[in-house]
This record gives sequence, C-alpha cells and structure tokens, in this order.
Amino acid sequence: MTDIAPPTEVPRFPMSRAATCPFDPPPDLTSLREAAPLSRVRLWDGSTPWLVTRYAEQRALLGDERVSADATRPGYPSQAPVRGNRISFILMDDPEHARLRRMVTAPFMIKRVRQLRPRVQGIVDDLIDAMLAGPRPVDLVEAFALPVPSLVICALLGVPYADHDFFQDNSSTIIRRTAAPEERTAAHGRLAEYLDGLVGDKLAQPGDDLLSTLAERVAAGELTRSEAAQMGVLLLIAGHETTANMIALGTLALLENPEQLGRLRDTTDPGLVDSAVEELLRYLNITHSGRRRVALEDIEIAGETIRAGDGLIMANDVANRDPEVFDDPDALDVGRNSRRHVAFGFGVHQCLGQPLARMELQVVYGTLYRRIPGLRLATTMDAIPFKHDGSVYGVYELPVTW
Amino acid sequence: MKITVDEEKCCGAGTCVMLAPQVFDQRDDDGIVVLLEPRPAEALRDTMLEAANVCPGAAISVDANA
Repeated sequence: MTDIAPPTEVPRFPMSRAATCPFDPPPDLTSLREAAPLSRVRLWDGSTPWLVTRYAEQRALLGDERVSADATRPGYPSQAPVRGNRISFILMDDPEHARLRRMVTAPFMIKRVRQLRPRVQGIVDDLIDAMLAGPRPVDLVEAFALPVPSLVICALLGVPYADHDFFQDNSSTIIRRTAAPEERTAAHGRLAEYLDGLVGDKLAQPGDDLLSTLAERVAAGELTRSEAAQMGVLLLIAGHETTANMIALGTLALLENPEQLGRLRDTTDPGLVDSAVEELLRYLNITHSGRRRVALEDIEIAGETIRAGDGLIMANDVANRDPEVFDDPDALDVGRNSRRHVAFGFGVHQCLGQPLARMELQVVYGTLYRRIPGLRLATTMDAIPFKHDGSVYGVYELPVTW
Repeated sequence: MKITVDEEKCCGAGTCVMLAPQVFDQRDDDGIVVLLEPRPAEALRDTMLEAANVCPGAAISVDANA
C-alpha cells in the first residue's frame, strides 16, 4: 500500500466514543462520514487503509467479488498483531468459504430456529424466575444476558454448559482489543483444544447437535478435525458474545429511552417486538470494529480509485446512521422499519447466525420488560463500565433492580 | 411479476424466508434458498423488492413486468 498523505493528516482508527453519548458512534467517525464516503485512516501498525463510511458504498464493496476477506493477503487491515488465528471461514474467500459455511448453515435456518423458540422461551422464563426470587440489585449481564445465548448455543453445538466459565473467559479475552497478542493466542489455543476434544467425543459418541454433524464430516474425510474445531470456536464465540451484548446494551438503551421501553413493554403486537429488535441492532451496532477486507483489483467508486492490495474497513456503525438511508438516524424508534441495516454485515459473509440471534432477542425483548415492568438501573450512567476496549461493544456489568 | 433465485450466490442467511416464507424456503441440508412461488401475488410486490434489496448475496431477482 502506498502512503500519500503525511502521518499527521490521517486520523487513527479505531476512534473513541464521546463519554456523554455511549450509544452513538465516535464523533470523529461521524464527521468522516459527513465529509466523504471514503477516506484514509491509520491503524496500529502504521498502515493507512480506506475507511468506507457510507451505507451505499459499503454495501457495494461488501458485495463486490473484487474484494477479499482473506486475512492472510498482504494489505489486509488486521485488528491486532496476531495473524495466526484464522478463525475459520469468516476470513476466507469463496469457494472455500462457501464450502465450509454451508456445512454449518442448517441449524440456523429460519424453520429450524422457529422450532427452537419454545425452548428459548423456557430458558428466558426460568432465568427471570430466578432473578425475581433472588437478591436485588442484580447484575443483568451475569444473571441473564450471558446465560441466555450461552445456554442456547451450547445446546445447539453440543457443548456442556457446565464449562461456561472456561469458554466465556477465553472468548472475552479473544475479543478484547487491549489483550496482549500472546494472551489472545493462548486463549484461542485453549478454546481450539477444548473444541478439538469435544469433536473427538462426538466421533466416538454422536449426539443430535452441530458438533456431531461436523464429526461425521471428519469421519467421512470431508473436513479435517482441526477445521471442525476451528468452526466450533467460531460458532461458540459468535453464538454467545454478540447476543449477550445486545441483550444488556439493548436493555440499557431502552431504560435510557423510557418512552420506547413503554411502547415495547405494553404492546400486544409481536410485529413491534420484531421491529424493535431490528432497530436496536441498527442503533447499537455492537460489532463496532468495522468489516475488514482487501481489494484484489483496482476498483473505481465514489470518485476514488481503490488500488489492488489496498485495505478496506467498512464502518458499519456509521453506515447504520447514514441519513441518506434512515430518517432521523440518531433517534431510537422501535416502530420504524430498520431491516435494511448492516449490523450483521453484508455480502456472502453476512452473519450466518442472524435468524437465531433475532429469535433470541425477540424472545428476550418481548418477555423481560413485561415480566419485570419496574426494571430500572441500580447505578448511574457514568458508573457503567462500557466495552470501549472490545471488538464487540457492550457493557461489562449492568446492575439493575425493580 | 417473476422471481428468480441464484443458488450459487445464496449464502443461506435466511433474510428472504424471514420476509416471505410463503415464497422462499431453505434446503434442509445446507440452508440454500428454495423458491416456492416464482410468480407471487401482486400484493407481495413491495415485500419481493425488499427481499431482493436485503439479500446479502444479491441472489434474488424481481422482474416486475414479467
């Protein structure tokens, strides 16, 4: 990649949010979107990839076959100095990406997720019963937001939930931006070893779960055991971290917007719950580190020429606040149609687990505030530990009472 | 109105099935799109356009005049 501008003129990425607006993207990022659809930013390693800030250009590039997600290519804008941890197919291109992804798509299909819904409702109801019977205040992250998706993804994959402290600790290290590279590599290694062991168990004694399906593929010679373990790591992390953060941060955003919370709590219309899920996905956009790519060929877009080998970062958080696409984009409005948001990304890498995430959030947002109508913060906003250092945004703790 | 789908481009995200389960389904083994109704009712025009628009793989085409 060629640097043209002197270092002082290129802003650093990632940027910081304003302390007073914890739900909004960093103000400097918003300013870049207002100024131009594409600009340059400087990363930790001194490289200066393109930052794509607007919705239309992001969708065009994420859907462009001349754009690669292969993190091993020169010019790929990596988040951290570790390049060895290729977390399975999300960092690969087709046809290899499609081959692997299609092996694990079935349990996330709409119809399969629909069948799972009563079970998720049961999990949510049980955890709310336990909170209501327990002491107050309680940390909503620990008591509810983390257990819901962890229990669900454990059942789906065939991972024993009893091991949740182990996998939650390691996955939170992997997605913490400030974790030392060797710390992150070690955490990834422990999870890969753990999943490899589970794949081995399923080879010997298959069950009705996704790891057993992958073990069958290993036995059939369609997949290596290491590939199966890597996919397990990916699905385990993606399956609980993201949804957990949406539950806790979404609840906080609603508590700070009581009128919106009231609409959601008092509604009898499941359509309003569904639209609230989409709107919170758009508004909070917790995957706030940008979708990272590298150009394979020269690409002309928005009056600029992206050269082959240039890195690309699509800042989906500011795209979801693009006024060309969403009216009054900085307002939280649970009744609007936000379904075209890019919180799950776009292009062939768009989140595979989105039907599951949506269903979990629909059950949670449709149940929690109705069953605990007096739910409120047990601390002040300025005392809440936000995950400014996370590659996925959220809160570390959310003390609540009622 | 005529709908066509490209299985090669489909990545199984399920956004079309979410919007219009009467028109789209997914293959049991790998989640790839199955077109149930290539000529949906006119009343579904906006939904079909939205399904094509949000499809992450650009796998859905809507010929509004066919």
